[in-house]
Amino acid sequence: MIFKKTKGLELQMDAFLDKISESGIVFRRGVKNYLKNDEEEFSRHLEHIRKLEHEADELRKAIETALYTQTLVPESRGDILALMETSDDVIDRATDTLSELGIERPKIPEEFRDGYFELARSTVRAMEEMVKAMRAFMRAPLNVRDYLHKVYHWEKESDRLAEELKRAIFASEDLHLSEKIHLRYFALHIDTIADKAEDVADRLAIYTIKRSI
Amino acid sequence: MLILLFLSSGLFLGWSLGANDASNIFGTAVSTRMVKFYTAAIVASIFVVLGAIVSGAGTTHTLGKLGAVDMIAGAFMVALAAAVTVFWMTKLSLPVSTSQAIVGAIVGWNIFAGKTTDMHALTKIASTWVMSPILAAAFSFVFYLLFKKILEVWKIHIFRLDAYTRIGLIVIGAFGAYSLGANNIGNVMGVFVSVAPFQSLDLMGLNISGVSQLFLLGGLAIAVGIFTYSKRVMLTVGEGVVKLTPQSALIVVLSQSIILFLFASKGLEAWLLGHNLPTIPLVPVSSSQVVVGSVLGIGLAHGGRGIRFRVLGKIASGWVTTPVIAAVISFISLFFLQNVFDQQVVKPSDLIGNHKAVNLETAHHG
Repeated sequence: MIFKKTKGLELQMDAFLDKISESGIVFRRGVKNYLKNDEEEFSRHLEHIRKLEHEADELRKAIETALYTQTLVPESRGDILALMETSDDVIDRATDTLSELGIERPKIPEEFRDGYFELARSTVRAMEEMVKAMRAFMRAPLNVRDYLHKVYHWEKESDRLAEELKRAIFASEDLHLSEKIHLRYFALHIDTIADKAEDVADRLAIYTIKRSI
Repeated sequence: MLILLFLSSGLFLGWSLGANDASNIFGTAVSTRMVKFYTAAIVASIFVVLGAIVSGAGTTHTLGKLGAVDMIAGAFMVALAAAVTVFWMTKLSLPVSTSQAIVGAIVGWNIFAGKTTDMHALTKIASTWVMSPILAAAFSFVFYLLFKKILEVWKIHIFRLDAYTRIGLIVIGAFGAYSLGANNIGNVMGVFVSVAPFQSLDLMGLNISGVSQLFLLGGLAIAVGIFTYSKRVMLTVGEGVVKLTPQSALIVVLSQSIILFLFASKGLEAWLLGHNLPTIPLVPVSSSQVVVGSVLGIGLAHGGRGIRFRVLGKIASGWVTTPVIAAVISFISLFFLQNVFDQQVVKPSDLIGNHKAVNLETAHHG
């Protein structure tokens, strides 16, 4: 009885992490589709990421309710909840960014497209390493460190790429200031996804110390 | 009715044991909300009573060897002296143990009765007090490293580990409560064994000896202590002294239970004897000090950081001060009970030819 409930919760937690990981892949492909002007595929990925975000939300609420109503993991449930909510911010940020691309339709000149794609790729790498660190936290806390430093690496890389991109945009003589600001806004938003992944990593670093027996 | 009045001091000792020592077993589990208080209280009560009845004889025998209190009024006062010592020292926030208080009180009776205290038994008891926290530290040190390795290799999911830990805290807690009953019932009821007028009872073909009835009563007093007072002690123990994770708490309870069991089990003694191995003395030890030893073991496994050596010094001083204070209180109160309240606290034959008897006679006539 008690193990059945536990097994169910384990599966829900794994599913939640799968949703975050999958949303990273979908985000990257969505950005790629936008940069290639592939409207149909872009819309499909936008729909997909919205669905993933909704499902992750539902799973998060279900796990939170179970942890509190059944008084499970009383020592660490506050930490687990904080982790889930912060990692939910990551998927929210990715969904919002893709959605805003669809609404605002920024004109991205050819010379900046690779920069945006590289930035998206780097932030998604940070996101993926974050998910691995969270999985390790659940089962093997000693391995968390192996992933945390990768999250920090890709977050720094994303900052570097975003800065390079913004400098290039503002150095351009072919764009109006309004266009430059619009483009900067998207570089900033994509980079924020990696910042959110870093927030999760910061929490994990502390919670892992607390979790050691 | 009079018998209950005489037993009341022992029952009070039992109550205070339940109120204080059950928290050593279930304190962290309850304060971290891993186990509900009522679950803990029910499990602890059942197993304390079982331990007392099934395995309580060993430590009681050792106390009997130290001093055989031979009048019920004497037994009443010895238990009361121990209870007063425990109560008074607790009030003064000094570390105290029922085991050490009762031993002091018995020695006080020996001195009053003019009997020589069996120094062999006393040395055995005192060395066990020193050994028990050290052994507990060694056990929890080893268990900690073992658990850590197991968790590293098995990679148990946090939710599953939570379920295992809860079950472990209840099962090992039950073992701990059993061992506590077995090890400490002697403190509560030991002095009454040879003087309580309980007859064997036949209940549906089951023979219940007088001693078992006495231990059942003592066990029930402990259970009442657990239900009426231990909750607040558990919450203080869990949050006040050292912050333990549920997994560390499990290790502490496991080491503590094993130590209490080792120093109480006649079965184990027989097995060791049967295999020509050295036996472990059956002596009532202090569960609080064993817990401190266990926590210390975990602290050492962590690399020895954060160990408060003052606490250890306090415990060591308790080994001496508690029995001495209990012996003094016991001696003085026996004197009053005999000479002011006119109760026989020592069998008259014991007093013949005894210099104290002469003194008491003088005091009585004076």
